[in-house]
Amino acid sequence: MALAFTALTSLLLIAIFIFKEGVPFIARVGFRDFLLSSDWRPQAGHFGIYPMIVASLLVTLGAMLVGAPLGIACAVFLNEFVSKPVTRVIKPTIELLAGIPSVVYGFIGVVVVAPLIRSQFGGPGLSMLCASLILGVMVLPTIISISTDVLASVPNAYREGALALGATRWQSVHLVILKAARSGIVAAVILGMGRAIGETMAVIMVAGNTVQVPRSALDSVCTLTAKIAMEMGSATGPHRQALFAIGVVLFLMIMMFNALAMTAIKKRFAGK
Amino acid sequence: MTDAVKISNRNFSVFYGAIQALRGITLDVLAHQILGIIGPAGSGKTALLRSMNRLNDLNPNCRVEGQILLDGEDIYQPEFDAVRLRKRVGMVFALPVPLPLSLFDNIVYGPRLSGIRARARLNELVERSLQAAFLWDEVKDRLQTSALRLSGGQQQRLCLARVLAMEPEVILLDEPCSGLDPISTSRIEEALMALKSKYTIVLVTNNTKQAARVADTTAFLLQGELVEVGPTDRIFTAPKDQRTNDYVSGRFG
Amino acid sequence: MRIPPRNTQALAVTLLAGATGLTLAVLVFVIVFILGKGLPVISLGFLFDNPQEMGKAGGIFPTLVGTLILPLVAILIALPAGVGTAVYLSEYTGDNLATRIIRFGTDCLAGIPSIIFGLFGFIFFVTTLKMGWCILSGALTLAIMVLPTIIRTAEEAIRAVPAGYREVSCSLGATRWETVLKVVLPNALPGIVTGIMLSIGRCIGETAAVIFTAGASLRLPHSVFDSTRTMAVHFYILAREGISNENAYGTAAVLILSVLLVNSLSYWMMNRFIARRTK
Ligand SMILES: Nc1ncnc2c1ncn2[C@@H]1O[C@H](COP(=O)(O)OP(=O)(O)O)[C@@H](O)[C@H]1O
Ligand SMILES: [Mg+2]
Repeated sequence: MALAFTALTSLLLIAIFIFKEGVPFIARVGFRDFLLSSDWRPQAGHFGIYPMIVASLLVTLGAMLVGAPLGIACAVFLNEFVSKPVTRVIKPTIELLAGIPSVVYGFIGVVVVAPLIRSQFGGPGLSMLCASLILGVMVLPTIISISTDVLASVPNAYREGALALGATRWQSVHLVILKAARSGIVAAVILGMGRAIGETMAVIMVAGNTVQVPRSALDSVCTLTAKIAMEMGSATGPHRQALFAIGVVLFLMIMMFNALAMTAIKKRFAGK
Repeated sequence: MTDAVKISNRNFSVFYGAIQALRGITLDVLAHQILGIIGPAGSGKTALLRSMNRLNDLNPNCRVEGQILLDGEDIYQPEFDAVRLRKRVGMVFALPVPLPLSLFDNIVYGPRLSGIRARARLNELVERSLQAAFLWDEVKDRLQTSALRLSGGQQQRLCLARVLAMEPEVILLDEPCSGLDPISTSRIEEALMALKSKYTIVLVTNNTKQAARVADTTAFLLQGELVEVGPTDRIFTAPKDQRTNDYVSGRFG
Repeated sequence: MRIPPRNTQALAVTLLAGATGLTLAVLVFVIVFILGKGLPVISLGFLFDNPQEMGKAGGIFPTLVGTLILPLVAILIALPAGVGTAVYLSEYTGDNLATRIIRFGTDCLAGIPSIIFGLFGFIFFVTTLKMGWCILSGALTLAIMVLPTIIRTAEEAIRAVPAGYREVSCSLGATRWETVLKVVLPNALPGIVTGIMLSIGRCIGETAAVIFTAGASLRLPHSVFDSTRTMAVHFYILAREGISNENAYGTAAVLILSVLLVNSLSYWMMNRFIARRTK
């Protein structure tokens, strides 16, 4: 059954080919100059991606500030406070969010959110704030669907136990159920972060794409993914290798998120 | 009737992980007889039955020791083909499990696997097996409807017919009447009595009266051990072991 | 000061309900906004005419064709591999090193963002294998991308097939392989189809992985070795390069409608499947 190894082989191929292009480049430019320099001028041979790393991390953080509370609240509400038939309608509706293509979210960011930010807070509008808001909405389905699964797997005995001791529903939720589901919800948030940091097209459209370390949320920023996608079409030689090197950084970040999420999930099952 | 030994269990044990379900069973199954196996729940009746057509192979946690001979050949030796074995030793399960197909397709499932394709031959097999299972008259007009739409009793007779259509040598039945009403039960018992001239039958039952009614020989299992085996009359009238006596007289947990 | 539990409860429920309402509102807003602006643009001409001046005028016909073909070819490639893996994971092996590695690989693959798939497809299929920007490069890339979805849904569906069916089939003299073909796969079919639909939905909406592998040609493709442009890519280019806002809205509306249609179909199938299973 060689077929069964297709996924694994693909993963290895992806890693090999991206690393093969990117790693020698990083070695040549130097680890520090690549990761910690702010000077990105491919034509002049300068390839510092520090601002983009910062931008990716900040945008992701911002997205989590929007998406995590909203998503977890949604999941808790649907699981603990709403009757089954209602959940059965609302949950698929929310999962439709996941089906809306990322370019459409990006477009909404451009024509609705960015002008709003510009008129209310000033700045260019296409900014870190705009990207965080859009990404925050885009990670909702991931966070909601994993969190609901986790909450649903908390044994009913916990709920009944807490209620029997005279707790209100909300007390049973925040004292007992959220504790029991904690590592699973952490995993959901980490997976959401993985999605946010990897998102590309929507971010290109709304983040403004200025290579700089932002001083405020209203500044225009350029993320790792945006840099790759915007310059991929025209880049050649070392410039192209540099983009693959960014791919390597991104790949490692994502794998780290995945590993963290898997550990969180494992912990959950070990704790039982 | 001959006294030829069809299946011979020799010091046979079954383990499910750490649990030993059977402890050194030595038991002969005579050709063209009904062997009844009785015993309380968990005594290993199903384990024994599933060993005789190597269905336990499907369970990766299962391990066996000892020998089972079919016509003198050890079915657990590596070169023995388990798939061919199952065509010779058919099985009816405790709960009727019709495949989600039509009645017709259920019955010809086995024959088709053996390469029988001719429509006339398949039709003939279906009619003959359904008649032998006393089901033909009830379903002959709806052979193409889903088997899931039959009643429980009909489903179990369908399962019997499905096994008969393979034309096996031995039929294993695992508590085939446990979920059935008395009328369906007596239909199945009738069928079995009629079938034993052609087949060798092993009938596991949790109902001692059923064993008394249809079995020629009866074996009593308890906690994985074979306590006693003998002609049905003797087991029920003059058991040698106190535990057998307790069980058949209903003074047992 | 202690707030009585009843009041915290009321406050909490209000907040939670508010969050849920907000999420739903965002969803409804996105869909209504796009459809509201886009539906008036859609006409038979818009759907079936060729674009003019890079999409400034005319219709979107070639991108409709691209959106139809690319996911289909991707599924044709991913399906045997995905279902084969699922069968292997659930039917032939217990929990051993091989299955654990495969599962790990599948999980990792599921977490990889589409831009990485795009990079890989570009360097591997387009450049190294010299296939160029074409439907096949794009479809192979998308196939890898949806593989985890197909494997997971198929495995779940296969595991949901009652063990009794397998036992009956084997006891009637079927080999493992015959049992898989005749009993397991037919009964897992609705679940497998659900996975296919979800994957098609994902492919239709995909941009980053497509634009670097299948290219963005507006000509009608004649074979899988021609480049093509999907609706998502077309919409991205229209919006990003400010070619035509009107046509961008129209394209987005068709795009959203197709994705919603495909996803609703898959939910419907999944529910029917679950209903049948629990009966
Ligand atoms: N698949 C299995 N895994 C683990 N233990 C099993 C399995 N099947 C049966 N057993 C154990 O083997 C013993 C005999 O079971 P079984 O043969 O089903 O008994 P019976 O059919 O007489 O009720 C029981 O203790 C039961 O718990
Ligand atoms: Mg039993």
